[in-house]
Amino acid sequence: MDLLRFTTAGSVDDGKSTLIGRLLHDTRSVYEDQLASVRKASPNGLDLALITDGLRAEREQGITIDVAYRYFSTPRRRFIIADVPGHEQYTRNMATGASTADLVVILLDVRKGVLPQTRRHAYLAWLLGIRHIVFAVNKMDSVNFDQSAFDNVSRQVGEFALRLSGSHIHSLPVSALTGDNVVARSERMPWFSGESLMEYLESITVDGLAPLEDLRFPVQYVIRTDSGFRGYAGQIAAGSVSVGDRVTVLPSGQVAAVRAIAAYGGDLERADAPASVTLCLDDHVDVSRGNMLVGSSYPPVAAQRIQATLVWMSETPLAANHPYLVKHTNQHVCGQVLRLVSKLDIGTLQPKEGANELLFNEIGTVELETHRPLLCDTYGQNRTTGSFILIDPISNQTLAAGMIAGWTEERRRHPMSHGATHRGVTVWFTGLSSAGKTTLSNAVYERLWAAGWKVELLDGDAVRQHLCKDLGFSKEDRDENIRRIGFVADLLTKNGVIVLVAAISPYRALRDEQRVSIGEFAEVYVNAPLVVCEQRDVKGLYKRARNGELHGFTGIDDPYEPPLTPEIECCTDRESIADSVHKVMQFLERRVIHPHRTGQPD
Amino acid sequence: MGSAMSHLQKLEAESIYIMREVAAEFARPVMLYSIGKDSSVMLRLAQKAFYPAKLPFPLLHIDTTYKFREMTEFRDRFCAEQGLNLIVHRSREVSEDGVNPFRLGTEKCCSILKTKSLLDALSEGRFEAALGGARREEEKSRAKERIFSFRGVHGQWEPKTQRPELWNIFNARIDRGESIRVFPLSNWTELDVWEYIEMENIPVVPLYFAKERKMLVRGDLLISVEHGLPMLPGERPEMVMCRMRSLGCTYCTGAIRSTATTVREIIAELRNFRRSERENRVIDHDQEGSMELKKREGYF
Repeated sequence: MDLLRFTTAGSVDDGKSTLIGRLLHDTRSVYEDQLASVRKASPNGLDLALITDGLRAEREQGITIDVAYRYFSTPRRRFIIADVPGHEQYTRNMATGASTADLVVILLDVRKGVLPQTRRHAYLAWLLGIRHIVFAVNKMDSVNFDQSAFDNVSRQVGEFALRLSGSHIHSLPVSALTGDNVVARSERMPWFSGESLMEYLESITVDGLAPLEDLRFPVQYVIRTDSGFRGYAGQIAAGSVSVGDRVTVLPSGQVAAVRAIAAYGGDLERADAPASVTLCLDDHVDVSRGNMLVGSSYPPVAAQRIQATLVWMSETPLAANHPYLVKHTNQHVCGQVLRLVSKLDIGTLQPKEGANELLFNEIGTVELETHRPLLCDTYGQNRTTGSFILIDPISNQTLAAGMIAGWTEERRRHPMSHGATHRGVTVWFTGLSSAGKTTLSNAVYERLWAAGWKVELLDGDAVRQHLCKDLGFSKEDRDENIRRIGFVADLLTKNGVIVLVAAISPYRALRDEQRVSIGEFAEVYVNAPLVVCEQRDVKGLYKRARNGELHGFTGIDDPYEPPLTPEIECCTDRESIADSVHKVMQFLERRVIHPHRTGQPD
Repeated sequence: MGSAMSHLQKLEAESIYIMREVAAEFARPVMLYSIGKDSSVMLRLAQKAFYPAKLPFPLLHIDTTYKFREMTEFRDRFCAEQGLNLIVHRSREVSEDGVNPFRLGTEKCCSILKTKSLLDALSEGRFEAALGGARREEEKSRAKERIFSFRGVHGQWEPKTQRPELWNIFNARIDRGESIRVFPLSNWTELDVWEYIEMENIPVVPLYFAKERKMLVRGDLLISVEHGLPMLPGERPEMVMCRMRSLGCTYCTGAIRSTATTVREIIAELRNFRRSERENRVIDHDQEGSMELKKREGYF
């Protein structure tokens, strides 16, 4: 049987407790003795709201303090409800309830329609990543089950739900009090042909946010035995892992293969999110709690400057530059909020800039700096690697819940690799065909390799034979070719590799795009006049272009846009290869190999 | 995809994650072991979580001395078989002050023999985190319990100042003398527990299975006659086909009439059962909201 976790929301008096009571009661999930005590407490007919009646402290004060969890099942599904109180501290509670839910049921009173509270609840659920939003238009009995009353509210829902992009919105009429359309379909609303709420909950397929397919395995605990067993325990946050897979250990960037998935009662061949497993690697790589094992198709970033949405949950307001502990996946990192970018106006649900404080139950966008990089994705990509909490290091209280929205490029100036012996950088050789890019980059490659540096060469021609085999030479295809090269170069750079790219890359805008996204980036303009290149014509391409066999050839019938301020310029028609190599090596000495000898670059 | 996992597999993954987090975050954790079905499931989950290594924490049993004989036998045999490190804490008050439920009433007895004993044992062992098998479904004050439940220096639970708990990120930070109670089975129901016992073939105390037992029938309650239960005038024990639905001290744990002699039959019975599992626990009914009050004092 599968499991659906959902949360409920609604303003006070919209009938939420009655609805949950009804769901539990009509699915026969309330035990007879509990029901008997509810009967005793409600002399004027069974008050279903009392089924979820809370703590003594709450009854004494007439309020609901906290999120309560309810459990029921039908023959088709197991359900967990995070029952969120409607008024007090609703932002904090709603965020808590929504954080583990895949669906939200929001109650409305058909006579009141969409209230500001309704919008807030829906927006909060959406913000926390819920993409299935059910509006249960309640108290249909009070309007004699009138279709136009429902249609009217349903229309209001449709109008504002447009803002909840990417969501599946569903409205349906119910009466929690009389049970109409809650579990059984209503005979009193023949005009409504849809499923009852329960039927809907039983059959809906929740896909949540677009699932990340690449492996995310935050290492939670290292298991060792006296007999030499060593396994990495954790819960798969995204993707899957099979025996034989090659995984990358972050932040070190070491690569190892999965030798076994150890399990009580017999090892496994494969495991999928969200299983808790223990992975054994074939190599003695250094892995500890807080590291992450990832796949290679779409690794997370290592970010130290993070833009995040914070739900503030403490009476003590947010303080900029105050030391906080960030708990993200399975590691604690020190950090501080550099600035409050904007605050959510709960009335208009629009961000308001220029706010100077963030108080209890408020939501804001901040820029956070951490002392060590977080291995993260955006919250939209993955709830586990995209979320964190802030803890006060003095009081130990949980102050805020954070959702990662992005990061600034500066984080890339801190290479991902702690274990690497040097910082990564992409050195991008650009120039006309036959200008000498391949020759020069190969020579530099050999020098670095011989000296023991981690270095990789991405040659445009070689890349076109595999990674970009499907691409032609149109402007679009050329751009795509460069983007793919840039993507690979970025990954390698983050892992402390010196990446040499040799590609014509004729368009300035595309090269600049790579510069921005890679961060650690240097351009080498391999400059030789067209006439010299045409004389060299190493691959005979100029000749074919002149004969009209090739179209859109750079320099002949397609432009080459030279760099305006390249880090290095090598005029290969006037200087020797040794001279050019020397220039590049000198630059790398300063920038990467001994960055401290001459002070920080830039 | 994750959706291919059954609800039991998802619950298992969550519980294992929680236990590993405890082992990683605390220097001195302990697992409360009450010998019941929930403890048995929790223990199996722990064995899975740390396989092939031994459990990175000891088990602690608070022995009020009023447990069923079969429970103690099962405990000692099972822990020896599995090579588990078990600490048995016996309340001093039993021998020194003669505390017993028949004389003091269940409420006072429980407060001394369970709550106080537990706090004593935790502080003697300087345990920072204690794993317990409580489930949110069991009782209404548990429905709002955190998975990582913060307790002050004296072990009390403050419902108003609980730490917010989002996603699966648990705040495990405490100061000296404070502790955290951790409930890895929070999201399990009684039915889940039995289905898991069946799926995993987990041994449980034979008291859960129906057989003819010598019981005292008092109103709706079936009470064991072990430990010298005092009878009222005219009362006398009789043989009843019954089983225990939950286990505690003999006097506080009523039996239910049942013919379920296998795990499968228990599951079938539960699917039709409409009475709550703690109904026959005398302690929960002592006083309105009594479980909540006990928890505030430091009870599990």
